Amino acid sequence: MQHPEAIIVRLGELTLKGRNRRRFERRMMEQIANLIQHYPKATLREEFGRVYIILNGEPYAELAAGLNRVFGLSSYSPAVKARLDLEDIRRRAIEWVRGAEPAPRTFKVSVKRANKAFPHNSHELAHLIGGAILRQAEGTLQVDVHQPELELRIDIRQHEVYLFSEILPGTGGYPVGSNGKALLMLSGGIDSPVAGWHSMRRGLEIEGVHFHSYPYTSERAQQKVIDLTRKLARYTPDRIVLHMVPFTEIQTRLNQSNCENLLITLMRRSMLRIAEQLASGRKANALVTGESLGQVASQTLTSMQVIGDGIRLPILRPLVMMDKQEIIGQAQAIDTYDISILPYEDCCTLFVPKSPATNPNLKVVERMEKSFFFLPELEQQAVEQTEALYIREQEEDKFDEYF
Amino acid sequence: MLYLDYCATSPVRPEVIQTVTDVMTRHYGNPSSLHRLGKEAEELVTKARTVVARTLGCKPSEVLFTGSGSEANNLAIKGAALAYRKRGNHLITSVLEHASVYEAYRQLEDLGFDVTYLPVDSTGQVRLADVEAALREDTILVSLMYVNNEMGRVQPVEAIAELLKKRPKTLFHIDAIQAFGKLDCKRVVRNADLLTLSAHKFGGPKGVGALYCREEVALLPLVSGGGQERGLRSGTENVPLLVGMAKACRLAEEEREQVAAKLLTLRKRLTDQLALIPGVHLTTPAEMTAEDEGYAPQLVHLTAPGFRPEVVIHALEKRGIFISTRSACSSDQVEPSRVLLAMGFPRERAAAGLRISYSADQSLEDMDRMAQELGAVLSMLEQA
Repeated sequence: MQHPEAIIVRLGELTLKGRNRRRFERRMMEQIANLIQHYPKATLREEFGRVYIILNGEPYAELAAGLNRVFGLSSYSPAVKARLDLEDIRRRAIEWVRGAEPAPRTFKVSVKRANKAFPHNSHELAHLIGGAILRQAEGTLQVDVHQPELELRIDIRQHEVYLFSEILPGTGGYPVGSNGKALLMLSGGIDSPVAGWHSMRRGLEIEGVHFHSYPYTSERAQQKVIDLTRKLARYTPDRIVLHMVPFTEIQTRLNQSNCENLLITLMRRSMLRIAEQLASGRKANALVTGESLGQVASQTLTSMQVIGDGIRLPILRPLVMMDKQEIIGQAQAIDTYDISILPYEDCCTLFVPKSPATNPNLKVVERMEKSFFFLPELEQQAVEQTEALYIREQEEDKFDEYF
Repeated sequence: MLYLDYCATSPVRPEVIQTVTDVMTRHYGNPSSLHRLGKEAEELVTKARTVVARTLGCKPSEVLFTGSGSEANNLAIKGAALAYRKRGNHLITSVLEHASVYEAYRQLEDLGFDVTYLPVDSTGQVRLADVEAALREDTILVSLMYVNNEMGRVQPVEAIAELLKKRPKTLFHIDAIQAFGKLDCKRVVRNADLLTLSAHKFGGPKGVGALYCREEVALLPLVSGGGQERGLRSGTENVPLLVGMAKACRLAEEEREQVAAKLLTLRKRLTDQLALIPGVHLTTPAEMTAEDEGYAPQLVHLTAPGFRPEVVIHALEKRGIFISTRSACSSDQVEPSRVLLAMGFPRERAAAGLRISYSADQSLEDMDRMAQELGAVLSMLEQA
């Protein structure tokens, strides 16, 4: 392929309906605008649900990777530009076909003429340009209008002409926020960021919830969750709110209560209750977890049932039927894996009983909770003492002054 | 005073001094400590690594900090040769290299490695055909400098990288110490396995260097211990200096194009003036470019046969001008330059080399003064 000079981006005209469409197109535009901020030479123009990114020498591959982080985007095409001049279009068309890899044996030219002032209609143009390509190819190329190996598409706009072949699909899904808001339980492990990514791709706006047991868990474990959230923030036009819940008190009190093999079950129930309260304050309509069926003791079917019992919000588990290897592969693809495997203890690995219950009994659990008269008050306190952080893709670092 | 020995070392930029001072004062924690002070220090190291990685266009995990450019060269060469010893026993470098590369290869020869020292042509450039001819089935490492520190010749590292692409078992190490901030290192790093930087050559502090080490490349650590720098270079991180290096890297890369253009105009002026002095032979041609196949813009090398270079240097020093004979690391030796001999210079000329290296902050008038004073010194010495 020739070095692309521009990228033609098509927003979500197919997936979005109704009066919200403009709003979510705006959000996607913002995200694309944020993306190209890091590439100062690139410029952006919007036209009827399309965005033209002019690279001016900025790296195509990096920008394309950035476009793959815009959910709901329907497709994009690497392109080169020509002047509004038949000779220039022919010259660039010939270069384009020559540069195509592998060298095509058959081709076709299709022309769209949005600029009706251009002297030749699209049919004539296809003919004029295709003819020039054929003459240059000296018999190595043939026209095939039905199944060409290379389709050269020519888009004649008001001020310039774009030439391209590929129409690459975006990552799919819906623009972030177009399907409401949910809270994502973020432990710092491999699974929860992947669950977050799946939620965002389905158009959910997410806010993170992390439970920490400082000083039993370190500040580094919290930093890890912040770094993971920052990776997810690359998929939004702005920031992700991350709620840091102090859980030390609850965790130590539960740990002292001789509930050994039910500790995890009790902790999880408490976490979900706290998250549900936070959700109501944040107008979120679901909780998202990274649970995967059978992965650990707390993720057996019975455990899930007992842990989720009493929570009125839907608990979404995007990874519930996935294999660990699949999840790891996705974590690597979204660049969270290397952060997730950093060895800092988090709430869920602290005070782990030797043999956690895989088959907890709801009645027993409820009876125990009733005897923990301290629990409702501590949970209320945890909600009140929760700290909200605003995490953006770019670190607004207190140390920036040094660099 | 007119300092014209920037290839030996550069003065530390004031903003870098400020950073080093502030970090040294405020953030004395050990990055490995678990408390807040340690965590802050660790954050600073992480950030410094990210900043350097950005200037090279690589991943932060691919940047290792060391205590000097020489150490980075040693780690790259001995570390790779020893880690891949089972793969092969043959190494390639050139006669041009800085002592920290050259001597590292000598040491490996003592350990039983087979080393080829590539010759250079009369302009001081390694020939691609020689590299090709030297490559063997068991070649595991090739080291070459991007810019020679003595006479500024740019080496064809991109063409060699292209050649080595077809040989995944041969690693390519580029010593970019003199190139960073003047030539585009981002472009060459993409095709290198290892690449060396030294902070004090571009306005950073002494005592800190960096090695780019591609993710898949293994090295045998030369310093074992607490496992810092991915376990490849143990020792408590020198937080203030590596933050200072990161800042100097960022500034140097941001200013690179402008700086290179300015250096070229200074060089043009200087060579034009020097060419008029009787007895001066420019090692580098008068018409030069900073293109890949040319000469680096930041220095001019000349020989003045019949004059002892250290006498010339001291005479200039009396007039407030500071230049060098050759690499500062070997300038106390009286022998002729290994590099100039390799270029085919007769002994008399090879022992009479002078290097003038300047910064973009200097002026055309500074270059005029340099040439005038050299002319005066040489005619004075001739009469004596």
